[in-house]
Amino acid sequence: MAHSMIDQTGAATPAVTEDHDGHGPSDRHYVNIAILLAVITGIEVAVYYLDLPSVALLVVLFILMAIKFFTVASQFMHLKFDSAILSRIFYGGLILAVIVYMIALSTFRLFNFF
Amino acid sequence: MTETGLTGAEAEAAALEHASGARIAATEADGHITSTGLTNEKLGMWVFLGSECLLFGGLISTYLLYKHNNQAGGPLPHELYDIPFTSISSFVLLMSSLTMVLAVSAAARGEGSKLRTWLLTTALLGSVFISGQVYEFQSFVKEGMGFTTNSASSAFFTLTGFHGVHVSIGIIMLISLALLSWRGRVPKERAEVVEIVGLYWHFVDVVWIIIFTVVYLIK
Repeated sequence: MAHSMIDQTGAATPAVTEDHDGHGPSDRHYVNIAILLAVITGIEVAVYYLDLPSVALLVVLFILMAIKFFTVASQFMHLKFDSAILSRIFYGGLILAVIVYMIALSTFRLFNFF
Repeated sequence: MTETGLTGAEAEAAALEHASGARIAATEADGHITSTGLTNEKLGMWVFLGSECLLFGGLISTYLLYKHNNQAGGPLPHELYDIPFTSISSFVLLMSSLTMVLAVSAAARGEGSKLRTWLLTTALLGSVFISGQVYEFQSFVKEGMGFTTNSASSAFFTLTGFHGVHVSIGIIMLISLALLSWRGRVPKERAEVVEIVGLYWHFVDVVWIIIFTVVYLIK
């Protein structure tokens, strides 16, 4: 019992202290991520002005949006480096929201243009 | 007797004492002992952000349902969008996420001066974004699209307005944190407070990433 308590405390501590002790990514890494995000935003705006078919535009913009979203969540919000339970909580809420509202919107025939 | 020369009961007592010591150490470092190893504040913020996904999901879905509904007359939101202007606003908010994460890094290193600089820079960039949103709202009203003009405009103003309120609350938290740091209330040991405010700020940014694409760019 005592052993498990030590394990429980010992295993948990690095997840909390890692960022506090500055063992996370360097500032240079964050600047590179920001440059990547800025470039993707530029591509998004450029794609908007291209005369693409609506379905192609939708697919390209959604892919770029997803890349930006998960980059910020994993790098800036530290989900990649933090405890897995945080990813489960956040992505759980996100997936639940997407499923609930996709079902709700489909009942209003929003996706009939496909 | 064990290998260390202790009886079973003594060994168990020593193990309990060691565990207790570890628990005390964890308490001193984090303020709380939790079964997840995460502080309640941080876990609470993530649960809050998970629930916020449902709030913004509802608002975005409502906008998608009503975006073409102008039965009451008046212009539709997408007829009035100024994409270059909104792109610059999006870029500003995106860069505020960079300054926020740099503030979190500075807090983790215990660099108070840098922490305050990055916090105030983030607040400034957030204020620029909000100013842009106010300007956009004003120009839409001048063009004849108010909050109650039609269903599409109501859905648009509700969605972007809710996001704007979130950004404004974030700015208040950032300035409060900078003031607390200035008074020496955010030492290295309490760097997690900055991280928690940072999580909120980054969430506001990722919500805008979705709004910018779904509301503004998808025709």
